Amino acid sequence: MIGIEHYIVVSSILFVLGVLGIFLNRKNVIVILMAIELILLAVNINLVAFSSFLHDLTGQIFAMFVLTVAAGEAAVGLAILVIYFRRRGTIAVDDVNRMKG
Amino acid sequence: MIQVIAFYLFAFMVIASGAFTILARNPVHSVLWLILAFFNAAGLMVLCGAEFIAMLLVIVYVGAVAVLFLFVVMMLDIDFAELRAGFMKNAPLGFVLAIVLLMELLLGVGAYKAGALKLGTASGAAATPAGVSNIEAIGALLYTRYLFLFEAAGVILLVAMIGAIVLTHRQRTGVRGQDIAKQIARKPSEATRNVKPGVGEGVQL
Repeated sequence: MIGIEHYIVVSSILFVLGVLGIFLNRKNVIVILMAIELILLAVNINLVAFSSFLHDLTGQIFAMFVLTVAAGEAAVGLAILVIYFRRRGTIAVDDVNRMKG
Repeated sequence: MIQVIAFYLFAFMVIASGAFTILARNPVHSVLWLILAFFNAAGLMVLCGAEFIAMLLVIVYVGAVAVLFLFVVMMLDIDFAELRAGFMKNAPLGFVLAIVLLMELLLGVGAYKAGALKLGTASGAAATPAGVSNIEAIGALLYTRYLFLFEAAGVILLVAMIGAIVLTHRQRTGVRGQDIAKQIARKPSEATRNVKPGVGEGVQL
C-alpha cells in the first residue's frame, strides 16, 4: 500500500531536481524560474500528502497559498525579465551589474 | 492495486518530466515538460484525495503560469546556445550537491520508516466532516478560519498584477495616442477660424 513515505520520496526527488536545475542553468533565467516552480510543486505535493494522511485540511489550504505566491512570483519575475531583455537584448544573468555603485 | 499502479505511474512521470525540464536544450521544450510535470503532480494529488487542489494546480499552473512562461520564451528572441555555455562547467558541483541533499532528505524518510521519528497527530479541528466533499470542506474552512489569510492572498495577487503592469508598461514616443485631457480642454475659438480667402489664392493652413 502507498504510504506517506512514498509521497515524501517523490517530492524530495522533485525538490532536488529543482535545486539541480538552478545549478545547471546558471545563465538562463527562464529555466531558473521554472526550476523554482518545480521546487514549489514539490513543496505542494508534500503539503497535500501530509494533509491527506493526517486527515487535516490545513495543509491543502496552505498549498493554495503557496500556489498564489508562486503565480505572483512568476508574473513579477517574467516582467522583470522582459524589461531586462528590452534594455540589454540578452537574458544572461552573469553580468547583471548595472546597479553596482 | 490500481491505486499502486497509478501512484507509480504518476510518480515516475513527474520525476522524469521534472528532469527533462531542467535538462532540455530548448526552453520551449522545458516549458512543455513542466506542464507534463504539473499534470502528473495533479494526478498524485487526486490519488490522495485532494481533488480541489489538483484541479487548482491544473487551472492555475498549466492554464496561467506555464502559458505565461511559454509566451515569454517565444516572445524574447534569445540565442539559447550561448546561455548553455556554463552547463558542463557547473555540472559536477551541481550533481554532488544534489546527491548530498537527496541523501539527507532520504535519511529523514529512512529514520521515519525505522520508527525513530513519529508523525504528530492532528488536533481534528480542520478535519473533513463526514459526508462532506473535499471542496466543500475546504470552502468552509477557508471562509471562516483562514479568512484573513485568504484576503491577504488576494492582496498579494493584486500587488503582483499591478507590479507586472507597471514594470512592463512603456510610454512610447513618436506615436499619436489619444490625449483625452487635451481633447476636453479644446475650445472652439482655438480650433477654428474664419477666413476670407481671396479669389484664386486659396487658404493658408
